[in-house]
Amino acid sequence: MARVLVGVKRVIDYAVKVRVKPDKTGVVTQGVKHSMNPFDEIAVEEAVKLKEKKLATEVIAVSVGPTQSQEVIRTALAMGADRGVHVEVPAAEYELLQPIHVSKILAKLALDEKADLVILGKQAIDDDANQTAQMTAAVLDWPQGTFCNKIEKTDAGLTITREIDGGLETIKTKTPAVLSADLRLNTPRYATLPNIMKAKKKPLKKVTAKDLGVDTTPRIEVVSVEDPPVRKAGATVADVDALVAKLKEGGHI
Amino acid sequence: MWKYRTLNNCNLAVSSLFCSRLPANQTKFNAVCNSRNKSTVTENQSFMANIFRGSLVSKQVFPYPDVLNAEQKELTNSLIDPFERFFSDVNDAAKSDANSKMDDDVAKALWELGAFGIQVPADFGGLGLNNTQYGRLCGIVGANDLGLGITIGAHQSIGFKGILLYGTPEQKAKYLPKVAAEQVYAAFALTEPSSGSDAGSIRCRAVKTPDNKYYVLNGSKIWISNGGIAEILTVFAQTEVVDPKTGQKKDKVTAFIVERSFGGVTSGPPEKKMGIKASNTTEVYFEDVKIPVENVLGKEGDGFKVAMNILNNGRFGMGATLSGTMKKCIELATAHATNRVQFGQHLKNYKGIQDKIAQMNILQYATESMAFAIAQNMDAGSQDYHLEAAISKIYASECAWYVCDEAIQILGGMGYMVETGLERVLRDLRIFRIFEGTNDILRLFVALTGIQYAGSHLKELQQAFKNPAANLGLIFKEASKRAASTVGLGGTDLSVHVTDELLPSSKKTAHCIDLFGQTVEELLIRYKKDIIHEQILLTRLANAAIDIYSMVVTQSRATRAVNLNLPTAQHELNMTKALTIQASDRVINNLKDITSSRQKALNEQISVIAGTIFENGGVNTTGILDEN
Repeated sequence: MARVLVGVKRVIDYAVKVRVKPDKTGVVTQGVKHSMNPFDEIAVEEAVKLKEKKLATEVIAVSVGPTQSQEVIRTALAMGADRGVHVEVPAAEYELLQPIHVSKILAKLALDEKADLVILGKQAIDDDANQTAQMTAAVLDWPQGTFCNKIEKTDAGLTITREIDGGLETIKTKTPAVLSADLRLNTPRYATLPNIMKAKKKPLKKVTAKDLGVDTTPRIEVVSVEDPPVRKAGATVADVDALVAKLKEGGHI
Repeated sequence: MWKYRTLNNCNLAVSSLFCSRLPANQTKFNAVCNSRNKSTVTENQSFMANIFRGSLVSKQVFPYPDVLNAEQKELTNSLIDPFERFFSDVNDAAKSDANSKMDDDVAKALWELGAFGIQVPADFGGLGLNNTQYGRLCGIVGANDLGLGITIGAHQSIGFKGILLYGTPEQKAKYLPKVAAEQVYAAFALTEPSSGSDAGSIRCRAVKTPDNKYYVLNGSKIWISNGGIAEILTVFAQTEVVDPKTGQKKDKVTAFIVERSFGGVTSGPPEKKMGIKASNTTEVYFEDVKIPVENVLGKEGDGFKVAMNILNNGRFGMGATLSGTMKKCIELATAHATNRVQFGQHLKNYKGIQDKIAQMNILQYATESMAFAIAQNMDAGSQDYHLEAAISKIYASECAWYVCDEAIQILGGMGYMVETGLERVLRDLRIFRIFEGTNDILRLFVALTGIQYAGSHLKELQQAFKNPAANLGLIFKEASKRAASTVGLGGTDLSVHVTDELLPSSKKTAHCIDLFGQTVEELLIRYKKDIIHEQILLTRLANAAIDIYSMVVTQSRATRAVNLNLPTAQHELNMTKALTIQASDRVINNLKDITSSRQKALNEQISVIAGTIFENGGVNTTGILDEN
């Protein structure tokens, strides 16, 4: 029986076409649809499944970010998490918040809440950092199981199938541990409307990074955010000979 | 929230406006004014009803209502995403259409989503949302699957709405949890083979048993949505009611909650329909069905009122739903016009296409503005929304048909293909002009209800005069003249309610409202009670009323957009201005036609033509090749 801490990040919705701000300091977030990071949804689903299988006693959803982050905590609660912790970071500071900060916060919470398992999405679809789970494990000095494809409870701990290049890898780990969810771990459930209503009544605690003793002072500076270069139009060639000639001309062969 | 201070001011303005039209007999003037002031609480607050008597009661339209508090708005927003995801990930509208049935696992997921008990209080297992919040979700349904919309609409908008509105605490406790979340379907059974628009003429009959414990119901209903799957039915039947005053026995309609498990309830095979195929439509038969007396819904003999109020209460949902449908059609048409190149140009660069797409959005804007004005009025506790609800049903169903049709036109051959999905929407949409009160009947309802209201006020005027009825016409003329001469050209002034940029628009609308009130009076003078037979005129009057309502709600909403500094404000203003030009022109033409002799001659001609056709059972012309 374990207590599971799940990280949920609020990101720009996957279906939104992201636009760069005219002053190139970042991307446009105002008036843009946000939702829970898809990999975090998978993490929440896995945690809730563990609870349904009576392998976990409690699921705690954590989000680090500005006030709006509570939206994704509510979604996690509607999916079946028991309570939420919102670590408030002011919007301006949040823009420069890095995985190192988040992992320190999560590690502190994991200890404070006496969690036996931390499950995170393998990466967030906004910054694609893919670092938080690994760093959290390092801060806690716990074993890690990243890119989980399957999580099974065994007597000694957990048997985890990981997605690696070219196949799957099976490892065994003891708990407590930090896991990160890959795409094929499960299919997340929908938060149904009645559950959203019920989630309103579940507890949501608010703390600051300072309360947790984590320094979130930015250590980086954003110099410029640019659109990807526009792909130049191609050309059609008459036959293979012309193609070969063109390639030679361009120094490609 | 409603701005109560502003409202009270409006009330005063209304009273004084009314009084200014009374005769200059000071004593009676004061008496009527006082009685009016006392009765403001119960006074009809409907904007539309009041323009029939040429007066302005603005509280239900200006300022644009805003009834949800911050928490309710946030909650509503949190429901949008999962609701939309159901449609994008689970539901398959095309498949349900092709199979004439929603898949069982889709239906199950829809129940789990909570979509069948949206307005049932949380204590009874529902979501406990109000009309405005329900309307927001309806828009999503309308954008995705109208057939599914009928299944959940027939269930909660009419099927068990009677229990919500009229149910006793026991009835609510017994039935609401089932229909809200326990996968028990409900249906509304009013229509019969010989009783469609004329709902008072139903033949189903319920007879009380001698021990007064049961009613025994016999008869049949047709075209009942969810008829084949419903376990709980709201059924209307004739019952013998004794008038407590006269002691006379009389047939009156009574509403009942009927469970299929009572025995004797059977249903026919699913009807094959043009559209909304995902929904189940059947005949329902009642053979000696024993209904416990405690299952009477509302009072015995009040069934007609119960039925009408259920329908009135649910109508706003259609506007909300169809504004979502239109939005989707516009999206598809916009995407096509943006990408498709013909004659070396993207379609969007052609003025003809621009005209179509702009027109489509203007109608969508007006439909949505109506739906959410009404929903919010209802949530603010208004009882006077029936005219507006009927107007919005007519408007929404006709605009949606037009918009979908034009979307198909913009997409050309592509629009005609099943794959695109618009042909299904067009088939689905056709029923909306027919069911829950045909648009033709609702037009008469709008015109006659308004006229009746105006007439009752004129009667008050008449009593104030205490003149013999013979002079009624004269009094009407006087009143009409006075109304027009009170302030320059007309008495109506909307300028205080709209943003500066809409002042010219509001002036046009005010002129229409003045003309409207005068036309109603003229009609009353000319036709008196016989106005009821002048359906062509009544329909024109209703059309004018609909156009006026569309102008007022859009002007109010665009003003709101400006006041809130919304990024879309200028676009909303532009659409409102365009709509006002078109709608006010139509209003003036319609109103002029009502009283013009040329139009009267035309109407008579039309009657003669129709008479000939009916006499001959169809077309009665000699074919070009048939003469000899």
